[in-house]
Amino acid sequence: MRRWLYLLPVVVFALMAAGFYVGLGHDTNVLPSPLINKAAPQFDLPPLPGHDKGFSTADLKGHVTLVNAFASWCAPCRLEHPVLKALAETKQVPIYGIDYKDQSDAALDWLAALGNPYARIGADSGRVGIDWGVYGVPETFLVDQTGRIRYKHVGPLSEDDIKNTILPLVARLEK
Amino acid sequence: MTPFSSLRGARSATRQSRAVGGHIGSRLLRHARNDGTKFFLVLLLLLCLAIPAHAVRPDEMLKDPALEARAREIGQELRCLVCRNQSIDDSDADLAHDLRVLVRQRLVAGDTDQQVIGYIVSRYGDFVLLKPPFKYDTYLLWLGPGLILLAGLWGLGRYMRRQAGMTGPPPLSADEEGRLAQILKERAEPHGHRGSTP
Repeated sequence: MRRWLYLLPVVVFALMAAGFYVGLGHDTNVLPSPLINKAAPQFDLPPLPGHDKGFSTADLKGHVTLVNAFASWCAPCRLEHPVLKALAETKQVPIYGIDYKDQSDAALDWLAALGNPYARIGADSGRVGIDWGVYGVPETFLVDQTGRIRYKHVGPLSEDDIKNTILPLVARLEK
Repeated sequence: MTPFSSLRGARSATRQSRAVGGHIGSRLLRHARNDGTKFFLVLLLLLCLAIPAHAVRPDEMLKDPALEARAREIGQELRCLVCRNQSIDDSDADLAHDLRVLVRQRLVAGDTDQQVIGYIVSRYGDFVLLKPPFKYDTYLLWLGPGLILLAGLWGLGRYMRRQAGMTGPPPLSADEEGRLAQILKERAEPHGHRGSTP
């Protein structure tokens, strides 16, 4: 009998265990977006009541931008809000907001209470969100000077995400 | 009468009936069993009436029944990304509602089924399809079970061949094979004129 055959089950088990271990660290809530490295969708969103500017595709051209889909009804967005405010204060990258499936008065209350980190906000009934491949809020996109989506973050951004992922990417894209 | 004694009474009554005429008891039993079966069958038929509940709202539906039927077919194939293991037709999520409306808008605009599905896939990726497409990163998914089956058959074949080998005679050595070939050739030679060899 060949001795190595006895080792086969051990090897198979080790491979499976390694596969499962890697799978444990995989966040199944984060889906890969097919829009990465594609042009951002065409859209033209109206402003929130009382704001003078909406948000459209034309605003994305010419500079690196962060596009953040949020809503006043979304609890993780509240968690993310101070992080976005801190980022806005550094003036390293303009943040544009897509107010996703929100009631405008609730959105205005939220901005009044928590502050407004957004250079522009567009009010979206949900259709533009679909064009961006949004399946939950918050979601954040990094768009380059040419208007192409280069990175997508699903879920609230943390300070670490900004420092270790977003800002280095912004710096690289601006070159 | 306590419940116990009544039970005992009933038992003794059955015993009596069996003693008096076994065939009457067995007929009763058969009758009861038929009733049970009938009840079960009716229950089963009623269950067939329970059609799956869809989340499609009346205000979403299209007036054209042909287009609506196509929309339903497409809706069954698309995953709701909020609930993950429901189709957009089955899901009550807001996004599923938006996607159902979108599917219908595309159909009314004249898109083919494939174009509608492509429209959604270009935004949400292959994951939105409940049936994964057959392409390079899903080969293992689609072919894996077949490969495992083949590996199993190969292992089984090996095992069975070895089992057969254990009871049968040992295989011929190269030397024996050569001698066998020689013998067969010599035997064939006298009838050479019938064969192709000159």
